[in-house]
Amino acid sequence: MNSGASTEIGKGSNITLSATGLSCVRGGNLLFRNLDLELRSGQAGMLTGPNGVGKSSLLRLIAGLLPAFAGEIQVTGSVALCDNKLALDEHLPLEAALQFWARMDGRNTEDVGQAMTAAGLAHLAEVPVRYFSTGQRQRARLARTFLGGADIWLLDEPVNGLDRDSVDQLGDVLQAHLQRGGIILAASHIPLPIPADLAIDLQPLEQELEQLDACL
Amino acid sequence: MSALSNMIWRDVRQSYASGGTWLPVIFYLSAATLFPFAVGPDRELLLETGGGILWIAALLATLLPLDRLVQPDLDNGLHDQLIVRGITDELIAFGRLISHWLAFGPPLLFAAFLASGLMGLEGPPLVTLLVSLAIATPALAGLAVMIAALTSGLKGAGALGGLLLVPLAIPLLIFGAGSLSDQSGSALLFLGAVSLLLVAVTPFAAGAALKAARE
Repeated sequence: MNSGASTEIGKGSNITLSATGLSCVRGGNLLFRNLDLELRSGQAGMLTGPNGVGKSSLLRLIAGLLPAFAGEIQVTGSVALCDNKLALDEHLPLEAALQFWARMDGRNTEDVGQAMTAAGLAHLAEVPVRYFSTGQRQRARLARTFLGGADIWLLDEPVNGLDRDSVDQLGDVLQAHLQRGGIILAASHIPLPIPADLAIDLQPLEQELEQLDACL
Repeated sequence: MSALSNMIWRDVRQSYASGGTWLPVIFYLSAATLFPFAVGPDRELLLETGGGILWIAALLATLLPLDRLVQPDLDNGLHDQLIVRGITDELIAFGRLISHWLAFGPPLLFAAFLASGLMGLEGPPLVTLLVSLAIATPALAGLAVMIAALTSGLKGAGALGGLLLVPLAIPLLIFGAGSLSDQSGSALLFLGAVSLLLVAVTPFAAGAALKAARE
């Protein structure tokens, strides 16, 4: 356990995320089975593996958006999900669109400003979201996640479309979140600029079954 | 601000800002304008059938906003983010019902008031028409939310929505249009009962549909 990083805030110490014997079935296919993971306050987990292996599904399972086929998930603390959906009103300026989630999460205008700055979007506060480029959209997703102040961040390909400077900036924010005692679980093809306490490499089950066949 | 009022406020503001809320009104007025041209300017005939036509126009106007009620928010990930925050599908549907009613009901009543002039309706029949529509608008909003949730993710959802609305709206039409010629007031009471039932069912039916659509 990374106790050194979890002493920043009192509530940080009892944030945990664990799963035991987790299996996921999507569209009649078994994606993964018997997956265990445990993350404590101040720890980061990395999910890797080929496309379609169930990384996003695992994040959605933990976020409570999908039912688990088998196994259990235990979450202590609030959860934020940053996936490929923007969930911001396209016709509104960024700041106004983020205000909706600020009210939802009990945050104030100052937090919105900080989140936009952390995501490098402060200069686009007045621009309607529909004009954003791919990278700016990605940063807007991140800003929404930073804004919520949740304990556990589930990030699905957080550096997709980001330029190098933005990746470094993201690394700083993620590091600060871990320092505060938060948890990060990220699925990414590109290594994130933070140390991983837990690495999960998901592999297609067919391969596993073939290996079993070979053994027999 | 509570989560529910925040959601409702966002929806209502978006509906009025996008102008989409005036679409049913324009449609309603068009239907009412065309009708006298079709049947001729016979005052007696218009008085007798006008109320019923305005009722049918109200049902058809219900269909117009169907594709904007649920699908954009599902695609956008708004629902996912609300669920992650512990807000249930039922509450999302309930919020949608209220916000849709706020954006749909008052403009429709306003349009009905304008259109009744074209039919020559005035006095007590006009009041009855407006009262019956006012009682029915929450149910029409509920039907729209239910159908939008049920057909979300389907291609050609608009046409299917029309097919789904017709049988569900028949009780409303019977008691609503019936109240225009009913002196005892019992048709309005039945209309109120049907309306209450549909409103009460909406959060659960639409919520279950949203849940099923996500998985």
